Amino acid sequence: MRRGHRHTHCKCVSNFNGEISVVTVKSLTTANFQRQRKRLQSMALPPLCILLFLVFLLSATSTQQEEEFTEELLLKPLPDRKVLAHFHFQSDSPPLAAADESSSFDRHHHLFPKSISQLVQKYHIKAMELSFTQGRWNYERWGGFDSISSCNAKPPGVELWAVFDVPPHQVDASWKNLTHSLSGLFCASINFLESSTTYSAPEWAFQSALGSLRYGTLPREAVCTENLTPWLKLLPCRDKAGLSYLMDRPSIYRSFYHSQRLHLTMSTDPSDGSRSGIILEQTLTVVVQPSEQKAGMNHVSETKIQPSWSMSSIFGRKISGRCVLAKLSNVYLHAERGLVSQLENLQKNTAKFAANDTGPEDFRRNAGFELSVTPERVHAELEKSSSILYEYPIKEYTDTEQFDLGLMWKHPIVWSSPHGPLYASRFLMGSGNERGAIAISLKSTPGLVAANNVEERCKLKVNVLQIVPWYVKVYYHTLQLVVDERPQALTDFVERMRVSPSLDKVSPGVMEMALQFPCEMKSAVLSIEFDKGFLHIDEYPPDANQGFDIPSAIISFPDFHAGLQFSDKSQSKSPLLSKLQEKSPVLSYTEVLLVPLTTPDFSMPYNVITITCTVFALYFGSLLNVLQRRVGEEERLLKDKVANKAVFLRRVLSKLSAKLRGRSLELTPPAPSWSSSSSFVTPKLILRVLVVAGIAFAWQYYSQ
Amino acid sequence: MMKKKVQWFWTWVLGSVVLRLILLFFPKNLNLSSRPEVSTPLTSLRRLAEGYWLKQSSLSPYAGSMYHGSPLLLTLLGPLTVRRIEGQPDHLLCSLVFVIADVVSAMLICAAGEKLKVAYISSLQSLGLHNLTENSEFLPSGDFAALVYLWNPFTIVACVGLSTSAIENLMVVLSLYGACSRLAPLAAFGWVMATHLSLYPAILIIPVILLLGYGPDAPPRKLFCQRKNLEGGNSIPSDSCSEEEAKNQLKVANVFSWRPVVLFLFWALLWSSYVLVLCGIYVQQYGGLQELFKRTYGFILTIQDLSPNIGVLWYFFAEVFDFFRNFFLIVFHGNILLMIAPLALRLNHRPCFLAFVYIVISSMLKSYPSVGDSALYLGLLGLFAYELKDMQFSFFLFSGYIGVSLLSPVMHNLWIWRGTGNANFYFATAIAYVCLQIILVVESVSAMLNHDRKLTKLYTAKLQNIKS
Repeated sequence: MRRGHRHTHCKCVSNFNGEISVVTVKSLTTANFQRQRKRLQSMALPPLCILLFLVFLLSATSTQQEEEFTEELLLKPLPDRKVLAHFHFQSDSPPLAAADESSSFDRHHHLFPKSISQLVQKYHIKAMELSFTQGRWNYERWGGFDSISSCNAKPPGVELWAVFDVPPHQVDASWKNLTHSLSGLFCASINFLESSTTYSAPEWAFQSALGSLRYGTLPREAVCTENLTPWLKLLPCRDKAGLSYLMDRPSIYRSFYHSQRLHLTMSTDPSDGSRSGIILEQTLTVVVQPSEQKAGMNHVSETKIQPSWSMSSIFGRKISGRCVLAKLSNVYLHAERGLVSQLENLQKNTAKFAANDTGPEDFRRNAGFELSVTPERVHAELEKSSSILYEYPIKEYTDTEQFDLGLMWKHPIVWSSPHGPLYASRFLMGSGNERGAIAISLKSTPGLVAANNVEERCKLKVNVLQIVPWYVKVYYHTLQLVVDERPQALTDFVERMRVSPSLDKVSPGVMEMALQFPCEMKSAVLSIEFDKGFLHIDEYPPDANQGFDIPSAIISFPDFHAGLQFSDKSQSKSPLLSKLQEKSPVLSYTEVLLVPLTTPDFSMPYNVITITCTVFALYFGSLLNVLQRRVGEEERLLKDKVANKAVFLRRVLSKLSAKLRGRSLELTPPAPSWSSSSSFVTPKLILRVLVVAGIAFAWQYYSQ
Repeated sequence: MMKKKVQWFWTWVLGSVVLRLILLFFPKNLNLSSRPEVSTPLTSLRRLAEGYWLKQSSLSPYAGSMYHGSPLLLTLLGPLTVRRIEGQPDHLLCSLVFVIADVVSAMLICAAGEKLKVAYISSLQSLGLHNLTENSEFLPSGDFAALVYLWNPFTIVACVGLSTSAIENLMVVLSLYGACSRLAPLAAFGWVMATHLSLYPAILIIPVILLLGYGPDAPPRKLFCQRKNLEGGNSIPSDSCSEEEAKNQLKVANVFSWRPVVLFLFWALLWSSYVLVLCGIYVQQYGGLQELFKRTYGFILTIQDLSPNIGVLWYFFAEVFDFFRNFFLIVFHGNILLMIAPLALRLNHRPCFLAFVYIVISSMLKSYPSVGDSALYLGLLGLFAYELKDMQFSFFLFSGYIGVSLLSPVMHNLWIWRGTGNANFYFATAIAYVCLQIILVVESVSAMLNHDRKLTKLYTAKLQNIKS
């Protein structure tokens, strides 16, 4: 219960909508609390019952699998003198026992965060991913062909997708509730994803065959510690112990790229497919530039050499021990394929000087770099000259001797990370604030052609998912494809295509395309024209002249799978390693585009309203004046008519007054009747007037 | 003499067609089709092409917020937007359709003008005021109006800029011509199609019924009554030559003939049900007629698209507070409806002019005005050149139109492309344009009423002469 309530204290400073969503979460937990209390009341029975219940409870829990928590950290030197740190925490909640099925809400959790399990139960989530990202993943330098780049490289801002296990007509409602709950949980303005203009339902280009998926992004969400703190609270040790102790806020937010991600999946019990447990995967990916350490190397090309680093120089902290609740606590150092082959070359060159000694010392001290701690185990990939993973299990350390993995470069080594099949980038074309065009350019990477040339008639499949907000009015018929700088017919390359055009102020436009290129293609450019919309004055954000963001397009390559193959099968119990070995499709995000929109004048709506209304009043008045104007003898005729009318009016009045007095109509000439109006004021009339006035007064008084 | 005149007329018509064709071959340089003055969300051919593309990819053409026009237009023009002739600019076939539509509407205006002139001269003769027609140079107003329509820069720009307003204008003119020549089916077809395409011509049902009932424009009906009384009182044969004709004329002028009106209503019902059935078949699998009405008429009435045009309503509704939005929508559309009855009462003897006034008012207050609408009423203005020759501020109006049409693109460029101007600058030209239209409609109505007063004065003077 404690954890259930904890997030209601969440410091919510992001926006005022976030507070509303906190209230919704609070109501969720209070409902839960009431249920708990009811159960307690029902337990106020004879002690025997309680005893029986306890026995039952114990038996139920003993049959259950244990909840597990693992913490891992992957460090990887990147070619451009930076270091990637990838924290990976995984909490498993095993499938519920049959007896607990009915009371799933009141389930006790040892390690698994209760708020997440409640979220899953309440909104029937099948899978969900939420990421907060700042910075842009550099696919060219940091690699685009491994599971970290395709799973953890995220678009800037907030990205959320969720798959629900509810009937199709309830999906949107679930999504809306989920966004509110999450914005309360993570102190972010995720609730802006509630509006139907911000989320969409891609069918196959993003995550195929998952069912009722909803996808939304907030490219301009600023990510800060207020989002990290609630995320850390989901960990059993928070950042007090274990690997998460390294998360020093200034060094994380000083980084070039950081992405904090929360991924939920259901694990189905192999014996019984119906019941499912929850796997919560929390990752934090940081790319940092280690500060230059003067290592006292008197090398000639010292400037070319990569900066040596250690955990304490990157994060300013050292690991003093593992999180005691974690089942597994490991640190890995990953040397990429490119790096390893360069190292081998170096080794060959220096082989004539050094004797070929074997053993773990060899791994610690090779020709290229030196590690400060000897690795416990080394995993090498199956193939020759492929990536190597050094494994360091975390033990308990004393205050004097803490774990501080460091890497000292000895030789300048230049290598490159594995590239994805194509580089994808996106840009805007055109000038002015009326129209423009979006272009997605795909450029082949050097490794691709060589790798695939062997196959006969090889084809490169590319899926493109492009979501545009409604105020970017895309003309889908202007879609053009230029392959190798020659315009081509779209039908030759598009396998299938799904378009759901945007509706003004209702839904964004979604375009999903499956393209198929020949492998020898050098470059392809997809371009599509659009008109810029004009918004109502209230729809502009406070900084309207900054422009509007078009969320990243997602380019995925369904035929390519990133994954490392390690020879050691025993390591499959480590979630991070199994994640690295998993064959995940290669995915990359393009840049977020900034579209400047024309702004109306915000300062003078009153002037516009009054001037326009004046002009139309002028029109109405002058036209009516022209129509009923009389000149010359028409004036005279009109006067006669008016005179006739006046006589008529007088007669009607006299009739009316006669009726009012309750007398029969006297056929007196009109003039005397007019003069004898003193007879009007009779006591009866005064009484009537008074009664009416009294009723009116009373009504006025009581209605207030 | 007559032959020479005809030749002269056709030369100018041909000249205008040639000018259009020349301009059509530079569409890239002119880029008129993306001008806000020409292509509104309703008339833009680019949006129509998008609707056609959506339809071809088995989506509803109204799926996005792009196309808001009629499905019939989509079937007519849609295939032409994708068919290209090698080496020629895109949309050449479409623009040829618009050129033909322009020429046909000009011919119809010409024919209607001819009919109006004949009827007017005969009615003047029946009043004995034919000397009025003889001593003043009586313009061949039909030819004049047709040439004004064809050579109006607004028409040319709308045609070259691929705006579908050319077809809407054709339908309006068709209905007026049909009513002038008392062809009830034609008038009904034109009216139904024009209403279907752009909704606002629906108010033209009143002038069309008046045209069918009373015949073309004539001097005030009171004069004929006076003449009848006079003839009843003392039968002095004023004009022996056209006695019979004049009597017929009187009869026709005073009696509202129900037959063509009933026929018109019948045909209107027939045509509209036909159009509805066709549209229903077209949009059957995409939500039916209700969706169609929501996306076309609903879009027109609720002014959802706030992109700039030459009107003022886009900016007004971009700035107005949300809770007043419905109120002002009602006010502005009510403004069109509010003036219908007073104008119909005052100008019921001149139904053609009444139609002209209605067209000006609706193109001034409509939600997405374009220069194509102005082109239509400026062309029709030519029909009343004789009656309106004493109009005030005509030079001011002329220079005002020129000034606004030069300033408005400049302000638009400053605001949208250079980013140096402000939206208010462009809005100011739009306000000026509306003011010009207001002056035009007020002054033309006033001039027409003055013309009637002059006729009455002349006629009463003549009667006095006869009596004394």
